Amino acid sequence: MKIYGVALLAACYLIGQILGDALGLLFSFNGNIGGVGFGMLLLIILGDEINKRGWMDNESESGILFWSGLYIPVVVAMSSIQNVKAALTGGWTAVIIGVVATICCFALIPVVSSLAKRLKN
Amino acid sequence: METITTWLIKHDLILAFLVVGIIMFLSFIISKKLTNNKIPAAAIAITTGLILAYFGGNKGIASIPLFSGMALLGGSMMRDFTIVSTAMGASISQIKKAGLIGVISLFLGVFMAFIFGVALAYLLGYHDIKALVTIGAGACTFIVGPVTGTAIGASSDIIAISIAIGVIKSVLVTLLTPAIAKNIGLNNPETAMIFGGMMGTTSGVTAGLAAVDTKLVPYGALTATFYTGLGCLLCPSVLYYLTTILFS
Repeated sequence: MKIYGVALLAACYLIGQILGDALGLLFSFNGNIGGVGFGMLLLIILGDEINKRGWMDNESESGILFWSGLYIPVVVAMSSIQNVKAALTGGWTAVIIGVVATICCFALIPVVSSLAKRLKN
Repeated sequence: METITTWLIKHDLILAFLVVGIIMFLSFIISKKLTNNKIPAAAIAITTGLILAYFGGNKGIASIPLFSGMALLGGSMMRDFTIVSTAMGASISQIKKAGLIGVISLFLGVFMAFIFGVALAYLLGYHDIKALVTIGAGACTFIVGPVTGTAIGASSDIIAISIAIGVIKSVLVTLLTPAIAKNIGLNNPETAMIFGGMMGTTSGVTAGLAAVDTKLVPYGALTATFYTGLGCLLCPSVLYYLTTILFS
């Protein structure tokens, strides 16, 4: 049943959010700390375990895959509900940061890959 | 006319599915016909979303009653739910395959993008900690930015900036990767994994690698898929905490 997959996903999401909110309270940050990350981690671990035991059939898995297919469309909808007019008062902020930060990260790749070679030897 | 509008508002979420579906469809056509798949359809679609938001008010296009369904479809609950679902299929054996260097490049990738983002935002005059952290997270990917911004309570205009930064990164990675692949030694699986971990933006990494050598795509995608999860975990927590300490 597809709903089994959706329910598993819902459980991971909710537990992740609880952990995130609890951490937020703990550090009195007044927000959710890493809830989405915990949810993903949980789904990886639980999904792996469930797959190993052969409890997950294709039908249940397709319940989760449906939602992951909606990921980009949901992000498109999310983009369309932001306060872009106010953001544009920041001028070239997004362009400058986007371009410079990306190029800096590119420049680090050869450094990390020579580090990798040294780790191997 | 008015009855049609009222009728559509009654079915706002379903209308939102239709609108986003049309945006995705047109973006795929534009990506294929006008850019020869050089710019990922996802980046075009998200940019279209941001442009549409400009015609609305402080809640973007959802400020127009006809499009109130976009706020349901693109709200933080749906967004986080679909992001968590993308972890399905990534398994622990895959993490092991990426190995130590994959993990190192992932952490370095998130940390460095965040640091560059925060430093540049600070130089550009942003001194509010929530804004700095959200912008730094946006320099990771267009998902990590809004997830972090919502989690720590940043304002919508800052979140919009963080999405735009992430989209620009995704497009740049796609366009620049084939041009500088030789300079950064991107011609083997290991460097492809490092590349995926350092850049993180999955749509950009896969499209960029496809233009270099399609055989490298799965290696880059392997690490890149973990990047957003790691960013969503680290940015609103450890990195937010460290930034708070640094600036206060």
